[in-house]
Amino acid sequence: MRKIEVIQNILEANESIATQNQCLLDKHKVFAINIMSSPGAGKTSLILQTIAKLKNKLRIAVVEGDVASTLDAERVKNEAVAVVQITTRYMSENCTLIANMISHALQSLPLKDIDLLLIENVGNLICPSEFILGEHKRVVISSLPEGDDKPTKYPMIFADADAVIINKLDLLPYLDFDIPAFRHAAEGLNAKVKFFELSCKTGMGIENWCSWLLNEIKANSQKLI
Amino acid sequence: MHELGITENIVNIALDKAKEVQASKITKINLVIGELSGFVPDCIQFYFDFLSKDSIAEGASLHFELAPAQFRCRSCSTVFCPQNTIWTCPKCQSQSVEIAGGRELYIESIEAK
Ligand SMILES: Nc1nc2c(ncn2[C@@H]2O[C@H](COP(=O)(O)OP(=O)(O)OP(=O)(O)O)[C@@H](O)[C@H]2O)c(=O)[nH]1
Ligand SMILES: [Mg+2]
Ligand SMILES: [Zn+2]
Repeated sequence: MRKIEVIQNILEANESIATQNQCLLDKHKVFAINIMSSPGAGKTSLILQTIAKLKNKLRIAVVEGDVASTLDAERVKNEAVAVVQITTRYMSENCTLIANMISHALQSLPLKDIDLLLIENVGNLICPSEFILGEHKRVVISSLPEGDDKPTKYPMIFADADAVIINKLDLLPYLDFDIPAFRHAAEGLNAKVKFFELSCKTGMGIENWCSWLLNEIKANSQKLI
Repeated sequence: MHELGITENIVNIALDKAKEVQASKITKINLVIGELSGFVPDCIQFYFDFLSKDSIAEGASLHFELAPAQFRCRSCSTVFCPQNTIWTCPKCQSQSVEIAGGRELYIESIEAK
């Protein structure tokens, strides 16, 4: 009997596919964001608002990750340049998108006709935090009805986020969500995070979010030249 | 569940390593899993028994070492294990911390014949 040292990251396979995805996206100058949240926080609503605001400036495609239905893909179908649905129920990972699923999705998208790819991850705050997809930015949505304790309960997903969106701000008068406490906890874990407070229902705050997105896209395309 | 894909990776990495050192049987795989990672050891063992059938890893036991959650204070660099859900630095009371441990997920070693 002998002991053989290995020291190999089990997620390495996912990470190398994610790197390939990003190379392919960069080659075609497509900026990709990975949108994560618990079920119902407003991922699809944010995608629809973002397309409505930016569709005159950018060609936008969507990847919809869902456990079972195609409902969200139907909602965005008429708005986006292209939509790919990934139904994870049939896959070995059904609680999150993984880089390999995005690699397949990229093959069926007209990348040269796309500027921005919005990826809606499966509604879940734990599993998606383990898997990078090849995205340029990671965005987490928390909505007021979920309560303000999410950064403390799910630290990993907040620690890696580039942007955190506080959605359903229109409900603030009816709920006791402590926005400063929420921001303090998320910022504590992640010094570089950007916050956006908005409502996908009223459209309040969408402008700010979209101008950040435009700036990030511009910064990335300058990096590529 | 995302343990199936992860377990596939574990089996592949272990079999590659065994081949590299020309082992004929893998008896144990030592894994390190961070406390903050969402992986469930029992679930990995279940898939492992299924995926390793008819390979030289069949019947191997999996040993999981749980790496504790650790935070590093951004103000004074103290590393500490959080005691409850409030992550306050025990030395300077700062709440600005980075995750320093607990996210691990790797194969530390295999034991083979
Ligand atoms: N009041 C209010 N409701 C909202 C807002 N944003 C989204 N909703 C509602 O919240 C519900 C869920 O929104 P979705 O956009 O479908 O959320 P999701 O994160 O895509 O949900 P899943 O894909 O099921 O995980 C819908 O009924 C939306 O109309 C908001 O800003 N204010
Ligand atoms: Mg949705
Ligand atoms: Zn300190």
